[in-house]
Amino acid sequence: MSIMNNLMNGTNFDHKSLNALQKVTLRAVVMSFLFFGLVAIEGMIMRLVQAHAPIPDQFSHPEHYFSIMTVHPIVGIFGSTYQLVFAAFMFLVPFLTKKPLYSIKLANAVWLLITIGTALAWLSAFFTGYAPLYTLYWPLPADTTQFSVFGGIVFIVGVALIMVGTLGFIYNIYATIFQRVGVHKDKTTKELLISGFGIDGMLNLWNKLRGKQPYTKEPALALPVVAIFRGTVDTFLDAIVILSAGILVLVYLLFDASGHPLNVGAVDALLYKNYFWWGLDLVADGLVLIYVAGSWYLLATLITGQKLFMENVARAALMLELLVSWMVWSHHLLADQGQPEMMKLISGEMVTAFELLTQGLALFITLVTLWKARPLKMTPELAYLLAGLIGFGLAVPAAIIQADMGMNRILHNTQWIIFAHVHIALIVGLYMTLYSAVYVLWPIVTNNTRMFSKKLTWTHFWLYLVGGVGMGAFAGMAGLDGMLRRHLYIHGEFNTYMILAAICGTMVLVAWFLFLFNIVMSVGIKGLIGIFLPAEDKTASYGIEPETIAENHKV
Amino acid sequence: MNFSSSLELLAFHNVAYTIYAFMIISVIAWFAYNLTREEKAKSIVRIPFYTYIGFLVVMGVGHHIFTYNTIPWVSQDITRHDITPDASYKFEVGKHKWINMPKHVTVQCGQTIEFDVQSRDLVYGFGLFRQDGTLAMQMQVNPGTDVNGILDSNDILWTFNHNGLFDVVSTEYSGPDAYDRETGEDLMKVKKWLTVVGCKEDGGKK
Repeated sequence: MSIMNNLMNGTNFDHKSLNALQKVTLRAVVMSFLFFGLVAIEGMIMRLVQAHAPIPDQFSHPEHYFSIMTVHPIVGIFGSTYQLVFAAFMFLVPFLTKKPLYSIKLANAVWLLITIGTALAWLSAFFTGYAPLYTLYWPLPADTTQFSVFGGIVFIVGVALIMVGTLGFIYNIYATIFQRVGVHKDKTTKELLISGFGIDGMLNLWNKLRGKQPYTKEPALALPVVAIFRGTVDTFLDAIVILSAGILVLVYLLFDASGHPLNVGAVDALLYKNYFWWGLDLVADGLVLIYVAGSWYLLATLITGQKLFMENVARAALMLELLVSWMVWSHHLLADQGQPEMMKLISGEMVTAFELLTQGLALFITLVTLWKARPLKMTPELAYLLAGLIGFGLAVPAAIIQADMGMNRILHNTQWIIFAHVHIALIVGLYMTLYSAVYVLWPIVTNNTRMFSKKLTWTHFWLYLVGGVGMGAFAGMAGLDGMLRRHLYIHGEFNTYMILAAICGTMVLVAWFLFLFNIVMSVGIKGLIGIFLPAEDKTASYGIEPETIAENHKV
Repeated sequence: MNFSSSLELLAFHNVAYTIYAFMIISVIAWFAYNLTREEKAKSIVRIPFYTYIGFLVVMGVGHHIFTYNTIPWVSQDITRHDITPDASYKFEVGKHKWINMPKHVTVQCGQTIEFDVQSRDLVYGFGLFRQDGTLAMQMQVNPGTDVNGILDSNDILWTFNHNGLFDVVSTEYSGPDAYDRETGEDLMKVKKWLTVVGCKEDGGKK
């Protein structure tokens, strides 16, 4: 088959054979990876500015540079990551529970709202230079002496649309879980709630300690669904916090536009920081860690075809992670002298340290589950999963180190935080896990479409892994040398590290392009367009037995 | 073991984390290699589950105990309101400018200095940087007033044990007005604001 033929028609992809659930999943996946490309380009622009590269002057102008920095996490976290995770979970919940998705229309609304919201936020920053950064530290987002009121309103409306889309996802997930059809026809809401919160796992452990029979031998919900159930609690709380902060900013901007500005001093900046970080941290230390742990468990069981090692402990640990995630936000406020010391000590240091335990446990359970099934074939999905484990193996201890009153005094707001911790966690830990999920689910969601090139898959893997870890390491080292994360350097102060980080960033960008090329050559441009056409088959469920996936990994 | 300056701590941290990073990458790589092999891998070391969990708990909690006992500014920060500083500097920041800030400060070795910065409008930062760009210390500077309209304090105590010349940089982003819109120059940076004198070459009082 010629390259051109592949480019137009793909390998054996037939979009007409896809049902409604498969199509809505793929639509969000396509948008997610397009946004990933945008975020990688934005990241590279910032790297090139900091490396003092010969690029157009406008990128070094503060308003332009910081507007890029403002939308970079919005596009990356919401436009790309949220879309991909939501797409995967809106497919997986019906797939694992053997029930239809509650609403395909709502699923379509979710990806559309997040896409439009992300685009609005991006356009606002690009055209009006609105740049309060994603932290929105009060009263900066309402500072109309520095930013356009119109730009601010568009930005906030964009973020609000993303959050409305998020609430749509949450509703769809819970409505699907609580539907009393199929295997859950005879289950009560109470039974599903007990299972969803992992209380059955805890009771099983408790009964085992007392030498009694297990509370239940067959929990109502599979473990990955439990992780989705619990992570979605944090997703909900986070959406409410961001939405309410957005409404606050919007009210101030609208009053300003009407010629009757409100007093920004009426809102306590430190209290606002606490509220906002409590919500925002539910993304980083809540839903991401819980979703990731659940994804590792799912991927390990699908790849090996075996039961998860220590399943009851895993269920109980997910519950612990949920509680921990509500109480750790103060580690973002260790450099705030007005923050009560007890909150710094308990929430910022001690409770945060529990994440080492919960994530370490998830890593252990995943590794042992894989080990017990050896020998396994090193398929791309297995390699990506192991790389995801490396990512969190690096990023979580980095987080614990910096969530310390001594270390934070010299690490807060440096490039160490955002690269050695955040970028390694997201680019390597989270995305490698998501790529693994993409490769595991690919045959199911695309009806066994052949991937265009395995060589491209492996090239993507290595470029992405080395580039991601390298960028995090070099920029993180610059942070140790005093480079701030939300600062513009124009004299090439940290040039050596920035050039090395830019080289590694280029590897990530090239890897993304190769991945996209491989996908486009597999589904073809016609197939890509076809994904966005209405599905002839309106089925909202998928019933392939998970065991069939494991067969592909046996040596 | 005691870290008398951030440089010593950062150097230690850099080495310790680098060793850890190589270790975790090697462990997963070893695991990946043996995962695909038919014959059973020989365990290098056998770690029981509860030992592993205990290790995680000890590392999580022990890390804070270690830093509390080796980094002097931790306990000093917690008890700072009971400590009388050798000198105190109180000034404000507003509209991206330092207000009533001393032109230059000279500190004798071993002195404990209080910096109290109040913001009139936005969230800023207050950080002292050495001439090679490394960070000595920092804090966030939040705006706000009490019920009488008096600006909220953002105070920190710092003991200087090494000679040096320090720049002041706002360590928190406060909008593009903190920079020259054309050149990108940081308008809030105050070069060579603080000098520490009277220390031995390797730190500590003469």
